Amino acid sequence: MSDFIPSIGLEVHVQLKTRTKMFCDCPAHEEGEPNTSVCPVCLGLPGAMPVINREAIRRTVKTGLMIGSTISLRSTFDRKNYFYPDMSKNYQITQQAAPLCMGGAVSIEVAGRTRTIRVNHIHQEEDVAKSTHMENSTEIDFGRAGTPLMELVTEPDMASPDEAMAFLLALKEMLIYAGISDCNLELGHVRCDVNSSLRPVGTDKLGVKCEIKNMNTFKGIHRALTYELERQAAVLRSGGTLIQETRRWDDEAGVTLPMRSKEYAHDYRYFPEPDLPPVVLDEATVEAWRAELPELPVARRARFVAAYGLPEYDAGVLVADRAIADYYEAVATTSGRFKAASNWVMGELLRALGERGLGIAEARVTPEALAELIALVEAKTIHMTAAKEVFQVLFDEGGSPSAVVERLGLAQVSDGAAMEEFAAQAIAANAGVADDFRNGKEAALKFLVGQVMKLSRGKANPQRAAEALRRRLAT
Amino acid sequence: MSRDLHELGLLEAAEALARKAISSVELVQALLDRSAALNPSLNALTWVDADAVLAAARAADAARVAGDARPLLGAPMAIKDLLNVQGQPCTAGSNILKGYVAPYDATVIARLRAAGCLFVSRTNTDEFAMGGSTETSAYGTTRNPWDLERVPGGSSGGSAAAVAARLAPAALASDTGGSIRQPAAFCGVTGLKPTYGRVSRYGCVAFASSLDQVGPIARTVEDVTAVYQVIAGLDPHDSTTSARPVEDALPGVRAATNLKGLTLGLPRDYFVEGLDAEVETLTRAAVETCRELGANVVDVDLPHSRYGIACYYILAPAEASANLARYDGVRYGFRAPAEDLQEMYEQTRSLGFGAEVKRRVILGTYVLSSGFHDAYYLRAQKIRTLIRRDFDRVFETCDAIIGPVTPTAAFRIGEKNADPVQMYLGDIFTVNVNLAGLCGLSVPCGFTPSGLPAGLHIAGPAFADARILEIGAAYQHATDWHVKPPEI
Repeated sequence: MSDFIPSIGLEVHVQLKTRTKMFCDCPAHEEGEPNTSVCPVCLGLPGAMPVINREAIRRTVKTGLMIGSTISLRSTFDRKNYFYPDMSKNYQITQQAAPLCMGGAVSIEVAGRTRTIRVNHIHQEEDVAKSTHMENSTEIDFGRAGTPLMELVTEPDMASPDEAMAFLLALKEMLIYAGISDCNLELGHVRCDVNSSLRPVGTDKLGVKCEIKNMNTFKGIHRALTYELERQAAVLRSGGTLIQETRRWDDEAGVTLPMRSKEYAHDYRYFPEPDLPPVVLDEATVEAWRAELPELPVARRARFVAAYGLPEYDAGVLVADRAIADYYEAVATTSGRFKAASNWVMGELLRALGERGLGIAEARVTPEALAELIALVEAKTIHMTAAKEVFQVLFDEGGSPSAVVERLGLAQVSDGAAMEEFAAQAIAANAGVADDFRNGKEAALKFLVGQVMKLSRGKANPQRAAEALRRRLAT
Repeated sequence: MSRDLHELGLLEAAEALARKAISSVELVQALLDRSAALNPSLNALTWVDADAVLAAARAADAARVAGDARPLLGAPMAIKDLLNVQGQPCTAGSNILKGYVAPYDATVIARLRAAGCLFVSRTNTDEFAMGGSTETSAYGTTRNPWDLERVPGGSSGGSAAAVAARLAPAALASDTGGSIRQPAAFCGVTGLKPTYGRVSRYGCVAFASSLDQVGPIARTVEDVTAVYQVIAGLDPHDSTTSARPVEDALPGVRAATNLKGLTLGLPRDYFVEGLDAEVETLTRAAVETCRELGANVVDVDLPHSRYGIACYYILAPAEASANLARYDGVRYGFRAPAEDLQEMYEQTRSLGFGAEVKRRVILGTYVLSSGFHDAYYLRAQKIRTLIRRDFDRVFETCDAIIGPVTPTAAFRIGEKNADPVQMYLGDIFTVNVNLAGLCGLSVPCGFTPSGLPAGLHIAGPAFADARILEIGAAYQHATDWHVKPPEI
């Protein structure tokens, strides 16, 4: 692609995590039997009328605030007219003339380079029904019809499939963080159409744009875009000309194919939705919604590095999930041991969650308990091996670390008869190794210390164990 | 009872029911008998379910015995076939909705039901309320009770004819450009087009959403007010309804005896070429009565009102083209057999819709299409603003505007079918009230020499519904045009 520069723009549709649909009281995101979460409004029955879901408006505005959009204090809905069986009214209620959020930008980092991707606008609309095409028929589930959707339209500011991917991942992370959407791709929460064009290096004027549709995964978007840019480059290199068109991604074949113009060349005949008054917001409401926003991942990562002295890697892993990051902060601030807290959360906690397939909310070990456990290790009250055993108990059952240490008898053994007994047993059971040490093989002691640890079930203080062994072997 | 039960007005009937002088079953039976006798020649009703409504009447009577004292308990009404009544057919006078049974109540129906009303019959309408004569209905033309060779007006011709012919004491109707007031005038009954946003449209099959408004037709202003009182007010299902409290209009309406202290505007622009001389004479006489009742009548100008019809026939079809897109054969109603989806859409809509509906859908699609949108739709929106400003200016000095409802009395069936524009011009005095979102009332104001009724139009500012009802009541209390029944 060295002779051309790609310009890529995205139209990202995101289903909002609201309890009810965009224009009626039906539950949104129902996974039950088809056509059960429906009513006269989302079925488009004669006489039914829409009512705006304020919760959806709030989420879209919050998205705009996160990316620095100008929030329209007065926005309006329009009807977008086209016939398709998945649309019960044969028009979609959307925002064309005056969208909720104007402008904004998202920063991405690709190959060490930070780029700013401008957003043109975000508008509010309703999802269509779900069509399933069978051999001789199509099944339509209106349960999905009317799910609140926001469409975010970027400027053509991305220059590679990697940048497009980075944008989508950054957006997804932000939306999950702020509770705007679950962004579950398998459930179709995020869908994306891609516009791309090529221009020769050294020129500014954008080339002929092609739109690609029908990608179901982020990976599919990357593949489709990679293919499409190569296709366009091949046409241009061979002296051909591109036509502005809409193409469909065939995921199995791995190619984009032109759609019949009949399938996309619509005159949508937009006009203001007469059933809905304008959405009017005041500054105070918008500011109240801004105050609800969480610290965004980019800022939080930077703060974790600066305030807690964590490596970039740790900050990245911890911040990726808002709940994990919150948990980490609680452990870190309670214990005062920032790196140890990071090691525990990234290590034992994430491992245990992964093994059990649990979310952080389901773990029974509280941040306070983990902080106390870290303190016990720091104070050498228990050894690391024992600490991990205690953690597992805390993870499964909850409770206080000191109580668990007490119950399991895991406090470190440093001196006394118990230690002498472990040392004597280790030497007796490994007479050959003991001789090796006596004959000057220093490394043999390590093995014996290991045996003492094993006999003590990790409770022995390894240094003290070594001392006890040396004393015995010297006589 | 010395009078026949079907002669009772809505409040009269309610009062007789409350006194237990009559039962709801008797009243409903009388209306059913009369409907069975007269509807074959009138074709005002598209549907009657005698068993169901008698069962409902029996239930109302039983409730009354059990102590239920709701003022409209057991009072019967006829409902325009545009409003959803759960369990009853709702076809909007169209073949495309043949067989469709409403699965829910319109808000106005739910409120009337809660007030105790019974829904005895469904009334004929121009298909999707598109027409001024009830001739475009898939059920055939409704006939005017005053002259069976003439139209009852439209689109609510069935409701107006049913009330005039005493098939029901009151009816619900809808008005997009004059569809309550014009048939009320043609049939000699009283009809209110409430202020836009005063009455919920939820459950009223949409024609032109920014213009449609549901309202009552009855024989007296009192009865119209009684229904208005129940159906008006904020509806969470209709975001265009107003949160303003609904005034209790009935006491003022009942007490209205004069028009002293009121300034009524008489638009010069309405007494122009095209206004039938007989109708003009009746209107001028009505204006004189208003003066005698103490009103200060002044000439006013509404310079942009002459563009009202053109403006309306761009905006209403534009909205209708989207509102009627849902009738596609996919989910409900009529579906034409076809080989593929595109053919199904085309055949369903070609065969399911009548000529006038298709004309307006095509017109509306055209004025919204790319390249024409600004020249037609956008321009019409601007004219609509100018029309609204005309009224704002007039209402700075006038309490209401009076004038004729229609340029002519009821015309002959078929007379205007050849020329849609002639038909459209019938709305010339009513349509601006819809465009400006105002309220308008039609009260009977006399008969032409050939015995056809004419109506006086009283238009008020937005949310002055109670005021125009009081004006209408004062006029009605001084006249008896509304009392005389047609001879059928």
